[in-house]
Amino acid sequence: MKNKYSIFSLFKNALTDHENWQRAWRDPEPKKEYDAIIVGGGGHGLATAYYLAKKHNLRNIAVLEKGWIGGGNTGRNTTIIRSNYLWDASAGLYDHALKIWEGLSQELNYNVMFSQRGVMNLAHNLQDVRDLKRRTHANRLNGVDAVWLSTEEVKKFCPIINTSPNIRYPVLGGTLQKRAGTARHDAVAWGYARGADEMGVDIIQNCEVKGIKRNGDTVEGLETTKGFIKTKKIGVVAAGHSSVIANMAGLKLPLESKPLQALVSEPVKPIIDTVVMSNAVHAYVSQSDKGELVIGAGTDDYVSYSQKGSHDIVEGTLHAILELYPIFSRMRMLRQWGGIVDICPDASPIISKTPIKGLYFNCGWGTGGFKATPGSGDLFAHTIANDEPHKLNAAFNINRFVSGDLVDEHGAAAVAH
Amino acid sequence: MFIINCPYCGEREQSEFKAGGEAHIERPKQPTELSDDQWAEYLFMRKNIKGIQFERWVHVHGCRKWFNMVRDTTNDQIHAVYKMGEKPPIK
Repeated sequence: MKNKYSIFSLFKNALTDHENWQRAWRDPEPKKEYDAIIVGGGGHGLATAYYLAKKHNLRNIAVLEKGWIGGGNTGRNTTIIRSNYLWDASAGLYDHALKIWEGLSQELNYNVMFSQRGVMNLAHNLQDVRDLKRRTHANRLNGVDAVWLSTEEVKKFCPIINTSPNIRYPVLGGTLQKRAGTARHDAVAWGYARGADEMGVDIIQNCEVKGIKRNGDTVEGLETTKGFIKTKKIGVVAAGHSSVIANMAGLKLPLESKPLQALVSEPVKPIIDTVVMSNAVHAYVSQSDKGELVIGAGTDDYVSYSQKGSHDIVEGTLHAILELYPIFSRMRMLRQWGGIVDICPDASPIISKTPIKGLYFNCGWGTGGFKATPGSGDLFAHTIANDEPHKLNAAFNINRFVSGDLVDEHGAAAVAH
Repeated sequence: MFIINCPYCGEREQSEFKAGGEAHIERPKQPTELSDDQWAEYLFMRKNIKGIQFERWVHVHGCRKWFNMVRDTTNDQIHAVYKMGEKPPIK
């Protein structure tokens, strides 16, 4: 049984110089056999394991992670959470996640620092205005909060934006989702890991999957760097490396893995208390609790697993940031990094069974998976436990690329695709 | 960021080019005869290789010609560049 985190435990541990905190999760060796194995110890994978144990009572399960948990895209994203997607299927999926976010810290007894500071999407041309207004209406019909803001209201909500009509791409208005915001990305992985571990889930780090053993069309287990592990159900949540794992099972996925970059500035006093995204000029920015500006750049257009992107992508983003926020012109950037994102042709994820019995994929989150972490885990757990998708992820099956029933969120949703 | 040796213009910065995805995907000869599965395979399914990948690029801010490239996607090292219609110089 884990000790509960509270103000009292904080006080108690402060008296002993914080040297006696209980380990948040064990470091077990893999067993010979599990009822289910999750491949990938990022936020989505750990959330999947957590909900498999909690809601579906599958306790003899493991999460395999080739590096350390949360060391991939979970620790590399810009932590933005929103659900203002255009299509019904997407709105259902992302708002399901947002609703879980709203109670997540309490549920996990782990402060994920979820902050509903609002996400504003700017319009810079007439087509943006039309698209964003349409999206606002679509959101409201789906029960997702959204409002349209005039240029003056944008300025009032975030005073440091340059709303002059004389800039190259003037701000013509914007949308605001007030329930949207940010969370601490590492804490999400750690909170789910701690919760899953408490229910008996083995979290096995430094364990890379090398092969999938099959008997005809049924999975039998996984070859790993820590030996063979038998299992009947495998849930793959490997983000940029999904195609690599699929290839081990002889499957091809409609994915391309590309570098996506982000950067943070030196820390400064509070200057921007919301998240501002701009699709047309590709700039988005928020401020972390440490005071750093968190800036997301775009993807490169070529396939790469190098976790490095091109300099010109970062340069383009900073040009846009500077035009919208002249106040940042003399700030220095502290760090810049890349993550490998797996992008579907329709910019929507896959949470699905596959033609191979016992093999499930949760992938294709592309540039915007962090926001969906709790919902993705919940729905993927449902899919694995019942061998059937939940109604909220039924549209995100792998077969949509054959049937043509795509969920085309390219550009329709916001920046970040 | 890397330097690309355009087969027509020579060495230029990668920002002058645009990637066109996996190479040697043949357009179906009889599109009307294709099943949905075959269409999905042609349109959407990609090898997305971690390692040596054959791909198409276009020198969009230069000669605007398409060509093929062999590149290691683990470290972005380019192993060969060859013209459209030519056989890949590396297996």
